[in-house]
Amino acid sequence: MYNLIGAGLIVIGAGIGLGQIGGKAMEGIARQPEATGKIQTAMIIIAALLEGLAFGALFLGK
Amino acid sequence: MKIVQKSIKFLTVLAIALCSFHGFASDSDKKNNDQNDGGIIDTKKEVEEYILHHIQDSHDFNLFSYTNDAGERKHFGFPLPVIVSTSGGIKTFMSSEFHHNDDGTYVVTKGNVKLVKLHGKIYEIEAGDEVEFVDHHPTNAHKVLDFSITKSVMGVLLVGLLLLWWFSSLARQYKKRQVPTGFGRVLEPLVIYVRDEIARPNIGEKHYRRFTGYLMTVFFFIWILNLLGLTPLGFNVTGQLAVTACLAIFTLVIYTASGNKHYWGHILWMPGVPILIRPVLAIIELAGALVIKPFSLLVRLFANISAGHIVVMSLIAIMFTLKQSLGVVGATGLSLVLSFFITLIEVLVAFLQAYIFTMLSALFIGMSVEEAHH
Repeated sequence: MYNLIGAGLIVIGAGIGLGQIGGKAMEGIARQPEATGKIQTAMIIIAALLEGLAFGALFLGK
Repeated sequence: MKIVQKSIKFLTVLAIALCSFHGFASDSDKKNNDQNDGGIIDTKKEVEEYILHHIQDSHDFNLFSYTNDAGERKHFGFPLPVIVSTSGGIKTFMSSEFHHNDDGTYVVTKGNVKLVKLHGKIYEIEAGDEVEFVDHHPTNAHKVLDFSITKSVMGVLLVGLLLLWWFSSLARQYKKRQVPTGFGRVLEPLVIYVRDEIARPNIGEKHYRRFTGYLMTVFFFIWILNLLGLTPLGFNVTGQLAVTACLAIFTLVIYTASGNKHYWGHILWMPGVPILIRPVLAIIELAGALVIKPFSLLVRLFANISAGHIVVMSLIAIMFTLKQSLGVVGATGLSLVLSFFITLIEVLVAFLQAYIFTMLSALFIGMSVEEAHH
C-alpha cells in the first residue's frame, strides 16, 4: 500500500520535472529556432538523468 | 541488392527453422495444466502471472502453448541447452528433460546429482529424492551456478552474429568502392549519426576516434535487441538486469580506465574549493563516478524496456479482462487500437533508449578524457 503511494509521489515529481524541462526547451526553441539541435540534445540528456532518478526510486521501492 | 536478397533468404530460413521445431511439442503430462504459460487466460491473476513469466528469462524457447481437447498441454518451441556447475561437476543437457515443469516437482537425475527447475531457476537437491518446501522456499536444495544458453543468451548471440554479419559486409564494401549498396545504405547514415552526433560533440575532436567503435557497438546492440523485443518471438533481453548491468559495467570500465590526470584531480582533490570540503566532495564524486552513473544507466534501460513490455502485454490482455463488460468485439477492438499505438511508441522508445545509453556513455567518456583548459 505505502509503496504504491510512494510510486505515485515519484511519478508526480518526475512529471513536474519533465514538464519543466520540456516546457523550457520549447520556449528556448521558439526564441532561437537555429539552436534547436543543441537544445534538444541537452533536453534529452537532462530528461534521461531525471528519468534515471525516478526509475531508481521506483526500483528501490518495489 | 545482393545483401537485401541474402537477408530475405536468411530470414526465411530462420522462420522455417523456428517453425519446424515441433519435436519439442511434447506429450507433456496433464498435471502441468495449472501452470500458466499460455492457454486460456481469463482472470486478472492469470494475466499478471503470464506477464511476469514473459518478463523473466527462461530455459526453453516457447513460442506458444495450448491445451487441446483431450486436456493435454501442447508446447510449441524448442529446448535450449542447460549448462550447470553442480557439486558433481559440470552437467550439460537439453532443457526438454524438465518437461516444462517449473514448480520443482520433476527431478532430473544426472549421475549422482538431482536437479529440479523452480520458477525459472535450477536447484540441486542436497538430500532426499524430492524438494521439500517451507513457505514456498525449498529447504533441502540450493541454486547451482548456471551457464545455460537461456533465451536471453540466445538473443544476445543472435544479435551479435547479426551485427557481425551486417557490419563486416559493410566494411568489405568500403574496400571496393566509396558508396555502400543494399542494406549498407540503411546502416551508413546511422553509423555517421552515431559518429558525428554522439561521439564527436561529446568526447571531443581529439579523442573521439578511440571510442567510436564501442559506442557504435553498444548503440546497435541495444537498438536491435530492443526491436527484437517487440517481435512476437518474446525476447526480453534488454529488460534483464544482468544484460543492462553488464553493458553499464563496460561503460564504467572504459571511462574509469581512460580517465586522465585532470579527471581524477577533479574527483579526488577538487581544485578551487576550501581544503576542509575537499575530502567530503571526494567521497561524493567517487560515489557518483563509480556507483551512481553506471546504476542510472543500467536501471534506465532495464526499467524502460520492462515497463514497455508490461504495458503492451497488459493492453493486449484487455481482450480477456474486459470481455465480460464490453463484449468480445468491443474488448478486442479496444485492445487492438491501444496496443497498436503503444507498440508504435515502443518502436520510438527502442531507438530513444539506445540513443540515450550511447549518448550518456559518450558524455561520461568525454568527461574523463577532457583536457584541462585554464
